Amino acid sequence: MGSVDVTITRAGAGVSATTLEAASPRLPGTLTRIALIGNPNSGKSSLFNQLTGLNQKVGNFPGVTVDRKTGVAQITPLLRAEIIDLPGTYSLYPKSLDERVITDLLYDRTSAQYPDFVVVTADASNLRRNLLLFSQLADLGLPAVLALNMMDTAEQHGIKIDVAALQQEVGVPVIPMNARKGIGVAALKIVMGQQLAAPTVRFYEPSEELLPMIRQIRYYFNLHNDYLALHYAHQYQRINFLTADEQAYIGELVQQYGFEPTAQQAQETIDRYARINELLLNVVEVTRTEEAEPYSNRIDRVLTHKVWGYLIFFGVLFLMFQAVFAWASYPMELIDEGVAWINQLVQTNFEGPLISLLTEGVLAGLGGVLIFIPQIALLFAFIAVLEETGYMARVTFMMDRIMRKFGLNGKSVVPLISGVACAVPAIMSARTIENWKDRIITIFVTPLMSCSARIPVYTVLIGLVVPDVPVLGIFNLRGIALMGLYLLGFFAAILSALAMKFLLKTRERSYFIMEFPVYRWPRWKNVGITIVEKVKTFVFQAGKVIVAISVILWVLASYGPGDQLAQAEEQARAVATQQQLSAEETENAVASAKLESSYAGTIGHLLEPGIRPLGFDWKIGISLITSFAAREVFVGTISTIYSVGQDADTRTIQQKLATARDSQGQPFFTPVRALSLLVFYVFAMQCMSTLAVTYRETKGWKWPILQAVYMTGLAYGASLLVYQLGS
Amino acid sequence: MPSTSAPTSTARSVKDLRLGESGTICCLNDPEMALKLLEMGCIPGTEVRLNSKAPLGCPVTLVLGNGDYTLSLRMSEAATIMLRD
Repeated sequence: MGSVDVTITRAGAGVSATTLEAASPRLPGTLTRIALIGNPNSGKSSLFNQLTGLNQKVGNFPGVTVDRKTGVAQITPLLRAEIIDLPGTYSLYPKSLDERVITDLLYDRTSAQYPDFVVVTADASNLRRNLLLFSQLADLGLPAVLALNMMDTAEQHGIKIDVAALQQEVGVPVIPMNARKGIGVAALKIVMGQQLAAPTVRFYEPSEELLPMIRQIRYYFNLHNDYLALHYAHQYQRINFLTADEQAYIGELVQQYGFEPTAQQAQETIDRYARINELLLNVVEVTRTEEAEPYSNRIDRVLTHKVWGYLIFFGVLFLMFQAVFAWASYPMELIDEGVAWINQLVQTNFEGPLISLLTEGVLAGLGGVLIFIPQIALLFAFIAVLEETGYMARVTFMMDRIMRKFGLNGKSVVPLISGVACAVPAIMSARTIENWKDRIITIFVTPLMSCSARIPVYTVLIGLVVPDVPVLGIFNLRGIALMGLYLLGFFAAILSALAMKFLLKTRERSYFIMEFPVYRWPRWKNVGITIVEKVKTFVFQAGKVIVAISVILWVLASYGPGDQLAQAEEQARAVATQQQLSAEETENAVASAKLESSYAGTIGHLLEPGIRPLGFDWKIGISLITSFAAREVFVGTISTIYSVGQDADTRTIQQKLATARDSQGQPFFTPVRALSLLVFYVFAMQCMSTLAVTYRETKGWKWPILQAVYMTGLAYGASLLVYQLGS
Repeated sequence: MPSTSAPTSTARSVKDLRLGESGTICCLNDPEMALKLLEMGCIPGTEVRLNSKAPLGCPVTLVLGNGDYTLSLRMSEAATIMLRD
């Protein structure tokens, strides 16, 4: 393999090399495009990670609202290949939006994205089912390599595969491998470096009656084979690159020939299995004598037990919360201090509005993004391990029945739980839900779960109005109030899900047919790559929006109409001198006065009529605006407005709030007012990061806007109810 | 869905299996679901065993064929997989 000659003849036996001479040899250094495709759990991600390592990126498929994961692999010292990772699928007939990516990619040969060849991963211990997809790809006439993965597992099961015979039967190179350990990757690369011919073996021939229709489609679109034309007949309504006329043409043919897609597809699948069974007779030898109970079943007896199953699940949950809340706080503090340090450094050395924009706008926004990295990394480490081991499939299995009642799905459990830490990674984890409706509902309701950013707001306001008294000897009234707010959020989430279950219309049927993977040790490399990828995605995608919004907020808070700001400052200084305030008190008074006359303050005053029915005044109005970017900003804004020093702790903020008076000289923060504000913070969508991630995950503004409107409306209504009934 | 007047009313489905009991698939009676089930390996003639049930009785897991593949599905979906007598 030491040679850098990329045109050496193929190592595989039994494959015709007729087109090898005809095809031009690959230029050294050119980029080959290779699509990686296979069944779920066939080791596709492992192979992708083996080939590309950290050279991965996630982008959009052109015209499709689904992510496309690509990576660059060094095949030989001179040849690099772009590897496209396609979603795991059992067949070429897409069942979900995710799987449609595959057909979109493989239907259009003239597309710039069209792969030079495909690598099909197959689980050797489950070859029959895995070959179904391969046989369809072969019939499409795509040059292919069969990566026969998990050879070790097959051996343990007593399955012996004659690789040479299999290669003969399927007509493409077959590489036995163990992607988890990296065995066979080198051999695969050698084959990848070759110019591959299209497979010569056909697995399925459409029936005679279909041929007239197929041929017409084939000649009309100048397609190279019958099977592709058949797929056009199946999917014509969903093929993006066909014009309306072309779709209508196929539609007419389908009508004319009475083509029944469902029946045809079912028959095709059965025919394929028949052909595969026949083929495997010569290839596979099962030497297993007595069937030992698989160890996975024995583990399942404990992990999905009706009592132990739930107890263990809650134990895992507890550990996860512990990690996200407690362990993550140390690195989060470090990041916070680090950003503050840089901020300080910039502020002490430079001056001017541009620097102020940099520190209070950009850096503050960036800090708000970076601080979530530890939580995201830990949460996804947990989720990746649970996925990798196969435990997650069991959790969704145990929870499906319960979640279904609320329009959710067993798989919604993960996002909802993660939402208590932070909605951002939680929404990202909703990816595992294939069903569009279930996934949208999950994404939509997850931010209602009380996240950690609400804790500072809850603490300040509860401390202000709820007395610190014991209840029933063991509980504390403040603790109960806090618990109540969490429960309020949780019930709002599941009831909203229930409502959406009836409102959302979809043609897609909700099903729960899932392969139960066997338990395995996690592959730490995969876990690591998952963490890096999620963090990267979050920082770059959500970060852009957060920083932009922070800058806008900074502008609103730093500038005012006309020379209002300067006048306010002058006035405040005059008053301060009159009252003989200390330098620090003066600065606070000035900051407060400036904020009031800034655009943000103006908007606060403008908002006042609208929020007065909730018991709020313009000061809270400003906080509502600033904390729209992130809830925790509330405390900071309140302390500025009420002229509390920046270093003030929670207690002094509470004291300040407690002494605040309304126009009649009565205490402003009555219990009802505080409760109204609390309820507002339970429901309101005040988190740019969440909106950004919803935008990212749904690939459009529709859902984030609906989410913001719905949650803010809910918050407004609930606050109104609380304040009006209470006062 | 087949009408109940059809003679198949006595036919058993995977839903009727007891825990640990096996049967052989004869046909799939929900065309749309059948496509998914076929792809996942529920082919007529294959042996299935009801392996376990979720704590609340649904979904269930089936072991297919010669025992190295476990499928989890809801009871309503299991009811569409008919068994041979």
